[in-house]
Amino acid sequence: MTLYLIRRLFQALLVMLAMSLIVFIGVYGIGDPVEILISPDADQAERARAVAALGLDLPLWQQYGVFLVRALQGDLGRSFVYNVPALQLILQRMPATLELAVGATVLAIVVGLPLGLYAGLKPDSIGGRSIMAGSILGFSLPSFWVGLMLIMVFAVQLGWLPSTGRGTTVEILGSRWSFLTRDGLAHMIMPAMNLALFKISLVIRLTRAGVREAMLMDYVKFARAKGLTNSRVIFVHVFKNILIPVVTVTGLEFGSTIAFSVVTESIFAWPGMGKLIIDSINVLDRPVIVAYLMMIVFMFIIINLVVDLTYTILDPRVRLESKAI
Amino acid sequence: MSAAAEPVTPEPVAPRVETPLRRFISQFMESRIAVGALVVFTIIVLLAVFAPWITPQNPYDLFQLDIMDGRMEPGTVGGAGFTYWLGTDDQGRDMLSGIIYGLRISLIVGAGSAFIAGIIGASLGMLAAYAGGKTDTVIMRLVDLQLSFPTILAALMILAFLGKGISNVVIALVIVEWAYYARTVRGSALVERRREYVEAAQCLALPTWRIIFVHLLPNCLPPLIVIGTIQVARAIALEATLSFLGLGVPITEPSLGLLIANGYEYMLSGKYWISFYPGIALLITIVSINLVGDHLRDVLNPRLQK
Repeated sequence: MTLYLIRRLFQALLVMLAMSLIVFIGVYGIGDPVEILISPDADQAERARAVAALGLDLPLWQQYGVFLVRALQGDLGRSFVYNVPALQLILQRMPATLELAVGATVLAIVVGLPLGLYAGLKPDSIGGRSIMAGSILGFSLPSFWVGLMLIMVFAVQLGWLPSTGRGTTVEILGSRWSFLTRDGLAHMIMPAMNLALFKISLVIRLTRAGVREAMLMDYVKFARAKGLTNSRVIFVHVFKNILIPVVTVTGLEFGSTIAFSVVTESIFAWPGMGKLIIDSINVLDRPVIVAYLMMIVFMFIIINLVVDLTYTILDPRVRLESKAI
Repeated sequence: MSAAAEPVTPEPVAPRVETPLRRFISQFMESRIAVGALVVFTIIVLLAVFAPWITPQNPYDLFQLDIMDGRMEPGTVGGAGFTYWLGTDDQGRDMLSGIIYGLRISLIVGAGSAFIAGIIGASLGMLAAYAGGKTDTVIMRLVDLQLSFPTILAALMILAFLGKGISNVVIALVIVEWAYYARTVRGSALVERRREYVEAAQCLALPTWRIIFVHLLPNCLPPLIVIGTIQVARAIALEATLSFLGLGVPITEPSLGLLIANGYEYMLSGKYWISFYPGIALLITIVSINLVGDHLRDVLNPRLQK
């Protein structure tokens, strides 16, 4: 176990290093922030001073070296635009994104599991079929468009929910959260729903497939033969087994939920990391882009690790050694 | 897989009336929903192909636009004398014409990127399965790395590096999509390459490329077709999303996503149609492709074969 963990962490480090190189070259190789950040009226000397201050005059490999050394010290560069450390900027925006992603995940499980269970137990009933049709729709609906339509219906036409922003926030442990206030929750409903849509469909499909497969298994027949009640067979025996793929996928999806919040945050003007990265791409704020990507890669590696470990707890048959990143 | 494998297998089988293709078609026809979706999708493709002859207006010929007709509600008769069934946008552009032209861009980008990604991914997947060893490890590591990173972010970054433009969007989509094909093809190629017909081909000392492309590839096609169909829909959706974020196609060649983005600012004032109808068009396109793909998977999946 320890050996496995060490090996996994070592692999993770390699991936981080490779990604940092790709990201760095990608972001720093193209586009010229000097044009954007320095006023066109500036004279030659002012420009040179600004370029030197930003460290953009060094050759690319040296810039990368400097970047790497600093990154190891937790310094991912200063935002060109806000002139604060990029990491700090991202961490500031993180609670907003996290609460949105967690909200969406909870919503996906709360809505998706029961629906999927029903569709799996009664695949040929009208209800089961409509749930499946709905899930296809959930996969197909372009989620940014759904977001717009949510705004149109609930904010513009009905006026029930606020259209954009985060609403009132409460400060806990130095970061601001909006799920604890009524106003904040009202602001959160639509973005969370929007972000959850795809995941609800995913959970429905996974649960349904799992239930259908499990119902044919010998252990279910045996449990029935023992005379257990239907609900005990389903909720104890079947449920335990279908939870494995659902947990894995929701876990893995958590990372992509955070990534996809880029879109949702842009629509609902939710001030999280996603909106920050889009704004940063538009003004070529390279340190923020790089820092954001490194954060995401880091997060993914952690998520993958946690999911794999959870997997082994849920299913002891999984051999740790056979799985890599 | 076994269904399609039979005709290529050199062992003599008794001649059958039912060819795999025919069986495939009749199985596909069993689902009315899938057939309906296929019909809808065909109509969409035809609309896009023949756009200049169908639309009442060329939405990008500025001489045909009348700014006085801007933001008209659906069903109004405009200055040019024809009815704007789906309303107009802020520049007096007929939304119906705009959508049909937008479909063109969306379909070209979606199908084009899925096709290129399919060729690259399938080749690499095949190579990984056939060569094995280090080649396999390297390719699959790349696939893992690619798949562990969310597509939307990867595409976003690539476009941030490359800038806007149709070809850049296609490049970005190919880079984020090839891994799905590679993984799928490798999976089925690994199974297929242990079959007798491959061994037979190897015994005949056929060149490797011939074994891969003539013998192995046709037998790996079914899952490839399913993935390909679904990836087209995904590519169209992703392109629309990127364009909506302002990182996709340029404003001169608006796809459906960009049309939706253009309507965003007018929606808060209740002018819903500029965003609404392009979204519906996008939705119908993606749903019809997904329904076809979904049913294809059922038909082509040997485990569900009756």
